[in-house]
Amino acid sequence: MFVLNDFSQAFSKAIQLIFQLDPALLEIIGLSLRVSMTAVLIASLIGLPLGAALALYKFHGRGIIVALLNAFMGLPPVVVGLVVYLILSRSGPLGVLGLLFTPTAMIIAQVCLITPIIAALTRQTILDANVEYHEQLRALGAKASRMMKTLLWETRFSLMTGVFAGFGRAIAEVGAVLIVGGNINHATRVMTTAIALETRKGDIELALALGIILITISLIVTSLVMSAKHAAYQYHS
Amino acid sequence: MLHTNIIANMNDVNVLPLQVKNLQITKNGNALLKDVTLSIESNNVTVILGPNGAGKSLLLRSAHGLEDLSKGSLMWNTNIPQPQQSWRAYIFQKPVLLRRSVRANLEYVLSLHSINKANYASLIDAALEHTGLSQLADRNARVLSGGEQQRLNIARAWVLQPRVILLDEPTAELDPNGTAGIERLIKTIAQQGTKIIMSTHDLGQAHRLANDIVFLHQGRLVEHSSADTFFQQPQTKMAQDFIAGKLLNGD
Amino acid sequence: MEIKKTMYRMSATIFLLLITTSIVNADEKSFITLSSTTSTDNSGLLDYLIPKFKNKTGVDVRVIAVGTGRALLLGERGDADIVLVHHKISEEKFVENGFGIGRRDVMYNDYVIVGPRKDPANIKQLKHAVDAFKLISQHEVPFISRGDNSGTHKKELELWSLAEVNAQKYSGAWYREAGAGMGATLNIANGMNAYTMTDRGTWLSFKNRDDLTLLFENDPPLFNQYGVILVNPERHEHIKYQHAKQFSDWLTSNEGQQAIADFTLENQQLFFPNAQREIASH
Repeated sequence: MFVLNDFSQAFSKAIQLIFQLDPALLEIIGLSLRVSMTAVLIASLIGLPLGAALALYKFHGRGIIVALLNAFMGLPPVVVGLVVYLILSRSGPLGVLGLLFTPTAMIIAQVCLITPIIAALTRQTILDANVEYHEQLRALGAKASRMMKTLLWETRFSLMTGVFAGFGRAIAEVGAVLIVGGNINHATRVMTTAIALETRKGDIELALALGIILITISLIVTSLVMSAKHAAYQYHS
Repeated sequence: MLHTNIIANMNDVNVLPLQVKNLQITKNGNALLKDVTLSIESNNVTVILGPNGAGKSLLLRSAHGLEDLSKGSLMWNTNIPQPQQSWRAYIFQKPVLLRRSVRANLEYVLSLHSINKANYASLIDAALEHTGLSQLADRNARVLSGGEQQRLNIARAWVLQPRVILLDEPTAELDPNGTAGIERLIKTIAQQGTKIIMSTHDLGQAHRLANDIVFLHQGRLVEHSSADTFFQQPQTKMAQDFIAGKLLNGD
Repeated sequence: MEIKKTMYRMSATIFLLLITTSIVNADEKSFITLSSTTSTDNSGLLDYLIPKFKNKTGVDVRVIAVGTGRALLLGERGDADIVLVHHKISEEKFVENGFGIGRRDVMYNDYVIVGPRKDPANIKQLKHAVDAFKLISQHEVPFISRGDNSGTHKKELELWSLAEVNAQKYSGAWYREAGAGMGATLNIANGMNAYTMTDRGTWLSFKNRDDLTLLFENDPPLFNQYGVILVNPERHEHIKYQHAKQFSDWLTSNEGQQAIADFTLENQQLFFPNAQREIASH
């Protein structure tokens, strides 16, 4: 079993699939992107202010929340998937919503996974920025809530790193979306669950090809971010 | 001249005298400022002078509410309702500017004090012209030179047309050119009737700018007199030594 | 500066478009949720049958493919409307406990034993599956079990039991429990030059064979009966009972049964329809 041979075969298969614009493939890629982008958006809407608040406001139990946050950063996706499944299952507390085995369930699971990452990275970024800016902003007359907004905006390029770290984790995970999504053809099949399926079926070539496409998308997104950051640094120093 | 006075004629508002009574600031068991009592009354340039470690910054920061007092009191004479601070601005030695254009930095300050948006443009343009930054209005604040950044710092204070501007060693980090520019600016602002209180350890600067000297050494008020008096007839030996360029010993 | 602004605006718009389509993509079409096993799904039978059913009735069937145990659990929890698995004992228990109603036979397929081409346990010439299992244990050649509580796994354990071998005693030695699906298990068997029992369907579509060869087949104990069960709507209000019954009826109708027989993989018929013609009890 020559590994090199597998890879070159998989690579040419991947190119083939892409150029054919295979509709099944496009559907899977499209769903992956939609689910993970939505999850990142929601996770950012929660995680950015949460992280900033943890950095700037003192209150009882803050230390515990921060510790929990850091612990949750390393949550195994499968565990998250299981918990979300139990909650969304018809026999579970939120069963009436009928969300199981839909893209929404997958988004929820991914939000649970990446919000801690975004919140923790935001907290650290804002903490550092606060050291630099706090006194000056206070002297200018900014109140606490305004300071938070200002710091979030000032550090936006560093925060983007956290957001894209979250996106990377979301689009690459398989455990959670498999359990809550069910990998249903034409409904909840994304790149990672498709790869798992093809590997299980023994179609290694197709699985590798999908994997190559997934990595390529990751690379494209990462380089977009890096060039945005680079441009920003040049302009904003 | 360039005062547009859209927000009210600040010069009509009187916040003086600044009364300081038995002020003490202790940190980590050390009394960094002790037993300081003085009254700043006249509407001109007061310079807080003294060697490093004298407590100049602390006193200045106290005047802007940036320090908690361990003992005593510091009070401005004002009934101006909240939000209070737009009548008083503070210039740090090293400015922290926002990562945005010069103009946007000024807009930011205005937005903190509920100024009518319609007035932004004229207020900002005036401040920019005043500080010679009009050409740089759209440049990112962080790429400006040290002197330009400090001028922006001052513009940021000036755009609110404050009654008082406090400056903490504003030229300590600048080269002679930059320093000259800032000193010119301070003089102009003072001439228009804004009260200036600034700290420096530089005798020459005090000479050039001060109408009024508050001389501190090791946390204590040594002398408070007019500039003429201070330089020509210093009341204390310490002041005399300082003017003569000698290093001062501890008490 | 202007270029950047437009770039930002463009990407923001694309981003928002993607997200709104994702939300708007709610299900207006009618469908039922079928929980079945990975081996059934892998065979391609469902991909073949479902479009025919959908064309006829307009009802789509969404398949969740997991192990037998999990498939039944989904039915129990009301997360599926209908269950199609292949372990009669578990199925009957499911109905007994009130989670399902109207269990019917649908079809059967069969299992085969695959192993290294050299066949160290020499099972090729045997007539009975039970003997094959005996020989494998005697020779202590590596055997990979699904180990995942699936229908296949349970069938395998039945055969060990008939062979009077306590295979699990040797777990970690020559008997390896994979805890995985059929494809993954075959991958492991391939990698370890081991024997394993697989359903014919997965085997026929399994591409990663290398040295792995079909060594034993066609003994009745290896036949694998499929049952379809409707999830009890009295247990869960929202169960799409009518549509699920439509599917169950169709599977056991002449049309459905013929379709099952017509399905081939690598030109071989995989599933043999054997539904009874009586009406299901409710």
